[in-house]
Amino acid sequence: MNYLIRRLAAFPLVLIGVSVVVFVAIRLVPGDSITAMLGTEAGLLTPQQRQSLATYFGIDQPWIVQYWRWFTGLFSGDLGISVTYGKPVLTVILERFPLTLELALLSMLIALAIGVPAGVYAATRNERPADLGVRIVAMIGQSTPSFVVGLILIYLLSVGFGVLPTMGAFTPLWQDPLQNLSQMILPAFTLGCAFAASVTRVSRSAMLDVLSDDYVRTARAKGVPERKVIWRHALPNALVPVVTLSGIEFGYLLGGAVIVEQIFALPGLGRMVLEAILQRDYALVQGAVLFIAFNFMIVNLLVDLAYAVLDPRIRLEGR
Amino acid sequence: MTSKFRGLLGLTTAAMLGVSALVTQADAATLRMAWAQDATGLDPHKQTAFSSLRLLELIYEPLVRLDADLKIVPGIAQSWEFSADGKELTFKLDPKAKFQNGDAVTSADVKASFERILDEQTGAANRANYLSIEGIEAPDAGTVVFKLKQPDAPILTAMTDTNSSIVPASEIAAGTIGTKAVGSGPFKLERWDPNSKEVLVANKDWAGGPTGVEGIEISVLPDESAILAAMRTGQVDFALLNDPLIATLVPNEAKLQLNRAPVLAYHVLQLNPARKPMNELAVRQAISCAVDRQAVLDTASLGEGKVTGPLTMPVYASDPDSLFCYKRDVEKAKKLMADAGFADGFTATVIAATGEPPTAASEAQVLQSQLAEIGVKLDIKMMELNVYVDTWLKGDFDMAVALNGGRPDPYTMYNRYWTKNGNLQQVSNFADDTLDTLLQQGRAETDPDKRKVIFADFEKQLAEKSPWVWLYTSYGYTAQQKNVQGFVPMPTGSLYSLGKVTLQQ
Repeated sequence: MNYLIRRLAAFPLVLIGVSVVVFVAIRLVPGDSITAMLGTEAGLLTPQQRQSLATYFGIDQPWIVQYWRWFTGLFSGDLGISVTYGKPVLTVILERFPLTLELALLSMLIALAIGVPAGVYAATRNERPADLGVRIVAMIGQSTPSFVVGLILIYLLSVGFGVLPTMGAFTPLWQDPLQNLSQMILPAFTLGCAFAASVTRVSRSAMLDVLSDDYVRTARAKGVPERKVIWRHALPNALVPVVTLSGIEFGYLLGGAVIVEQIFALPGLGRMVLEAILQRDYALVQGAVLFIAFNFMIVNLLVDLAYAVLDPRIRLEGR
Repeated sequence: MTSKFRGLLGLTTAAMLGVSALVTQADAATLRMAWAQDATGLDPHKQTAFSSLRLLELIYEPLVRLDADLKIVPGIAQSWEFSADGKELTFKLDPKAKFQNGDAVTSADVKASFERILDEQTGAANRANYLSIEGIEAPDAGTVVFKLKQPDAPILTAMTDTNSSIVPASEIAAGTIGTKAVGSGPFKLERWDPNSKEVLVANKDWAGGPTGVEGIEISVLPDESAILAAMRTGQVDFALLNDPLIATLVPNEAKLQLNRAPVLAYHVLQLNPARKPMNELAVRQAISCAVDRQAVLDTASLGEGKVTGPLTMPVYASDPDSLFCYKRDVEKAKKLMADAGFADGFTATVIAATGEPPTAASEAQVLQSQLAEIGVKLDIKMMELNVYVDTWLKGDFDMAVALNGGRPDPYTMYNRYWTKNGNLQQVSNFADDTLDTLLQQGRAETDPDKRKVIFADFEKQLAEKSPWVWLYTSYGYTAQQKNVQGFVPMPTGSLYSLGKVTLQQ
């Protein structure tokens, strides 16, 4: 319990750090909301026109004043107003988040469903042709960028079969689960593919380690059936590195999968942040990055807690 | 395992296909449109992004508009007239024109709209074109009179711009321009999810008569190959395309049609005459002579476009071959370099924006290799668009690969760069008496034939003084299913004719 409290207490400090870094970083980049909106036409503005636009975008005050105004707003749950969307930042983020969460979960599911069995299979046939085959496929999967996989999938479906899930007009899960799934499956598969490859490789090597452990030998000596040795005795222990890997990956995915969202026109967090940066929507960038950082920390915490469940030898409380 | 794995793959694919087959078709009377870049805002006076203008011109209307030949035709105004001394411009409004809130469009709305544009507090993009306006009068509900400080022929063309749209005076007073879109155009904006989609419904009260479709649904598909894929499967009826590489694939599909229209925007290599050695006329001319414009066009843009001089509007454009050094002449270029004392060449940095236009990087590379032949060594610096814009506006570059917007009127297009007090003098860094005088003459002259002579001279001078090296104009692309009827591609890129487009079953 102590452990949990200590971890949670560190959250605000990390978040303040993140907020400062983001706040400064996005303002250090040349260009501002005005040039983002007007492009080169911004050069035609008179100083007074520029001033009144700066006021409109809330960038007329010194940085420190801007930061303080934004920071104090945080305590009342006010992340500011997005100038692109004309809505509170939190509302915009929460509209996008369900999709990102669903995409993350779905692609994790696909990756684990493919990766873990493949890894175990390869480990049990160590250095035999089947193992080699799995490793080669995994290597290819890991080194193929997701935009290649995504575009190939789109191309094959649209040219080969003449069908394509509806793109652009996104349907939330609760409105029409089937339609939603049809839109999510391709991007989830694209993301899942690459990650399945990493999962395969990690679970294979973890499994190999575990299979040479004493307790596995004991179990075999006691005449436990091989199937049970692998799936009941060895696998849970081999899963620890897989959980670590998945946790990190899941944390990343909660920040949005920019490229895949871009290709499949999904209105997720990743694309939102990208557009916000390009359009210099400062409040939205700050709010979104803070939100993503928070999620990442929560996921990390959950991963650490999961170790204890998987492997009772791991104690979180310390000595 | 490999076979099991393949089985799993097959299963997933089958599931994807099965599910997608259930997807129902959208209402046939709605035009399903796609573009890669979404609008960035709804204030017609402030937004200058290409997509924003394309969306807003379906909702709002200006006093006058341009047809496909860039001739001025009625918009909200039915007729217009300059006074004999050129200092008064009178408009008669269309009595049928109505805003989407049901109110008639009156002279009070026109006056309020232009006063909003002129107000510095607004930050309106088009303000600089209206500085000659001294006063706006509304003698009756259907008449507006603009009093001008001096004769100003291009002002009428400036008024065709979406950035000069007429908005309701009541919405200005309420401060809702930019948050609520109430125009008098063919479509009403029902819904906008930025970077995702727009839903437009037909405006039954549109003075232009009934629209051909019930509405337009615009999806933002950020990747243009995905747009093409969606068109192949019939999910999208009409799309805007940017990338010539994608556009040239469209004709391969039997069901699809590609529309090309030469646009006014021009690809250009901007030299900075404030920096050494580009301050030397001979050096600038040498660069101009060393560039093979057709090769840049062929390599960077697959030949999709046309070599151009400074003036891109068909009415005013000269034959490029008649302009200074438009036929590549490396020997002459080398001699010019030697005359200027740079026989061994020099090194310069050229800036370009990533992906804007999509051909920017390849243009820079082709120019780099061409200029290497006369000893000019170019370092290419690619920048994110916004960073590029910021650097460009400060004039902080040796050379810049740019895609600059064109205007239907030469004065409006170039006064910002080549008049002595142009707003973008700090970008062009080139003040020249002859150019300034010619532009001022062209502004005051109302006789079309005399204007042509003035601007032909202007173009010749500009090409010869070579502050910039004009390269080519590209095409604006739209792709459509063949059952989409009645779309007219425009040199301004305008999608206004979607108001009359129909879908054949």
